Amino acid sequence: MRGIFNLSFRYKIPLWGGFLIVATALIISSTLIFGAYHDLERDLLRNATTQGETMAHTLVPAILQDHVWHAYELIRAPLRGASQENPVRAESLLVLDPKLQVYVSTRPETMPMLADFRQLSAEHAGIASDIAGLGKDTAVFEPEGSDYLFVATPIIDEQTRLGTLLQIYSKKILLPRFLESAEKAAWVTFLVLSVLLPINWYWGQRTATPLLRLTERMEQLGRSLPAELPTQIYDYQDELGRLFHAYNRTLQQLREKTLIEREVIHSERLVALGRLAAGIAHEINNPLLGMLTSINTLRHHGEPDARTTRTLNLLERGLTQIKETVAALLVEAKVNSRDLSPQDVDDLRTLIAPQAHKRSVSVTWQSDLEISVPLPSTLVRQVLINLILNAVQATDEGGAVQVNIAQLDETLSFEIVNGGKMLTESQTEHLFEPFINAGETGRGLGLWVCYQIVKQLGGNITVHSAMREGESMTRFSVNLPLKTLS
Amino acid sequence: MPTRRLFLGACASLALTPALALVPGRPVRIGLTPAFLHDQHGTLEAWRQYMEAKLLQRVQFLQRDSYRETMDLLRLEKIDFAWICDYPYVHLREQVRLLAVPVFQGRPYYRAYLIVPAQLPHANSLLELRGKIFAYSDPYSNTGYLVPRYQLRMAGEDPGRFFSRTFFTYSHRKLIEAVADGLAQGGSVDSFVWDSLNKVKSDITRRTWVVNQSPEYGFPPFVAHRSVSKESFAAMQGMLLAMSTDPQGKSLLQRLNLDGFIAGDPRLYALVTKMMGEFGEE
Repeated sequence: MRGIFNLSFRYKIPLWGGFLIVATALIISSTLIFGAYHDLERDLLRNATTQGETMAHTLVPAILQDHVWHAYELIRAPLRGASQENPVRAESLLVLDPKLQVYVSTRPETMPMLADFRQLSAEHAGIASDIAGLGKDTAVFEPEGSDYLFVATPIIDEQTRLGTLLQIYSKKILLPRFLESAEKAAWVTFLVLSVLLPINWYWGQRTATPLLRLTERMEQLGRSLPAELPTQIYDYQDELGRLFHAYNRTLQQLREKTLIEREVIHSERLVALGRLAAGIAHEINNPLLGMLTSINTLRHHGEPDARTTRTLNLLERGLTQIKETVAALLVEAKVNSRDLSPQDVDDLRTLIAPQAHKRSVSVTWQSDLEISVPLPSTLVRQVLINLILNAVQATDEGGAVQVNIAQLDETLSFEIVNGGKMLTESQTEHLFEPFINAGETGRGLGLWVCYQIVKQLGGNITVHSAMREGESMTRFSVNLPLKTLS
Repeated sequence: MPTRRLFLGACASLALTPALALVPGRPVRIGLTPAFLHDQHGTLEAWRQYMEAKLLQRVQFLQRDSYRETMDLLRLEKIDFAWICDYPYVHLREQVRLLAVPVFQGRPYYRAYLIVPAQLPHANSLLELRGKIFAYSDPYSNTGYLVPRYQLRMAGEDPGRFFSRTFFTYSHRKLIEAVADGLAQGGSVDSFVWDSLNKVKSDITRRTWVVNQSPEYGFPPFVAHRSVSKESFAAMQGMLLAMSTDPQGKSLLQRLNLDGFIAGDPRLYALVTKMMGEFGEE
């Protein structure tokens, strides 16, 4: 039993619906069938009563004149006139005299004249006293367990009881009629079921499928973020539809939360890295400068031989490289610089053009910067150069890069959009970290520097990499507030 | 008055002038008893028209359900002629004259058949039916009433007590049915009716067995009331006797299962008179 309740809704809904439909159809049809049977029986008794009373009346003169043959002709008329199909046809009729002897019957071979009614059979004997005590009206006797109905009508001529007309009906005659209506009902039931059951199955599937999808996804929810439920599976506003919407909303919130968490972790890591880099740079810079000064002093005053000079040069080059690297890590925003002007944008176009030309990448510029804005031009130029050059590098040969610069209220925004390959998830995660994307083209400090500059200018930088209309697209967006430095 | 018109009709008939129009006025009235098959209405109508054509007189058939009623009609002169059983004829011989006797199977005779239901076991003689239910056709029937009672009387039995129950069917044909259905365990029937029915509805006669045949009796005759004029009598008799010589008449006779008519002789019915005498009747 429990197994049934454990079944999937995919089966349970159609099964339960089907069970209800079949049960209803069976109850209705059997009610109709038995109703028809009782109607038939009632009709039979009504007809029998009418026939009996009419016949009893016409039998009076025949009995008074002791005209047996005439009585016989009268009682056998309904058997002759009625068609075989007439279900309310008596099996036999007989007239009993007041002593309950057979006066005449339509079955002389089994119920001959003068035979004692009580001797005919136990069944007959059982109703004999009832017949003898009959009043003025027709009565129906249905001995228990008998296949027959006895309809007894008294034959009365002016208060004198001349005898009794007894019509004997076999209940079996009702059976073919009963079977006929049962067959009809069965056909109707079959038709109804053949329409309703497929509808029920279809409806069950329609309800169960969204539930199944929802269940599958809810089960995944603890382990990972499942896909959204396509609303076209169930685009209605009932409870199930609302459940769909609720699920999608929850999923959306979970996604956003995960994203925020990831961003927080990312930026915290970058902050820590920045501090670390700055600390190390300071610690390195002091001895480094000392060492470089010492080398300089030694070279000018120490009269070194050729080998020592080579060694000193080697040391100086190495230390200088360390200094440059450290300088690159340690982004110093607090430099004095003039404000960013439209002229800077033109300079950038000029600067970028050779690189773009080399890779056959077309760079489209769109700028609404018309006056100078209070942002340090050196730093902003560095950010733009880094991002645009990165974009040119990332774009396939013959591709395009779009640069948009816009001033909106108190914010300067720019976007650099390129085609080319999408960023991988791990690339996105570690995007602005130093040395991560080091490779053929550089040390991998470009984006780190951009990030540091933008952060120090109080702005933000985001990246969005996605497929759009079959083409991959990566967009870096930078927003810089114009107030901070003023 | 009526006889005079009839006389005119008879004259016309004798003159053999069939082109003459029918004489208007009272028709010739002929009473019929259930001595023959009852449901031959088509045949009877054809016969009536035949008679009208031959007699040049309107002919009316009066059928009654029992012999008694036809006998009453004769007594009251409500009919001129009648086809009755031999027993009523003997009964009424003071009032009627023998007109013609039908010829059946070549002779003006018939018998009584003792019939029983076609099932086993069955009685093989009248005496074996003691205490049984017996069907009579009509209290004025010779073969259907007088014969079996006479036979019982001759065997020293009291016909009134011999059977446990008797009833009348008032028709030989119905009597055959009553025995066939088993309503009665025996019955005595007109051999002419049984044989005729056997020709047209053997499904009924097949359910009965003829277990005994009586001696021959004069065939149920056509009679004329004594008030009928000689001319009418002669016209009617001539018409009947001539039927077997006429193709149309012959075909009608065939349908009635008869060979023809003869003038007959009252002595044909002497046996009936004797049997009636046995029961104290004249």
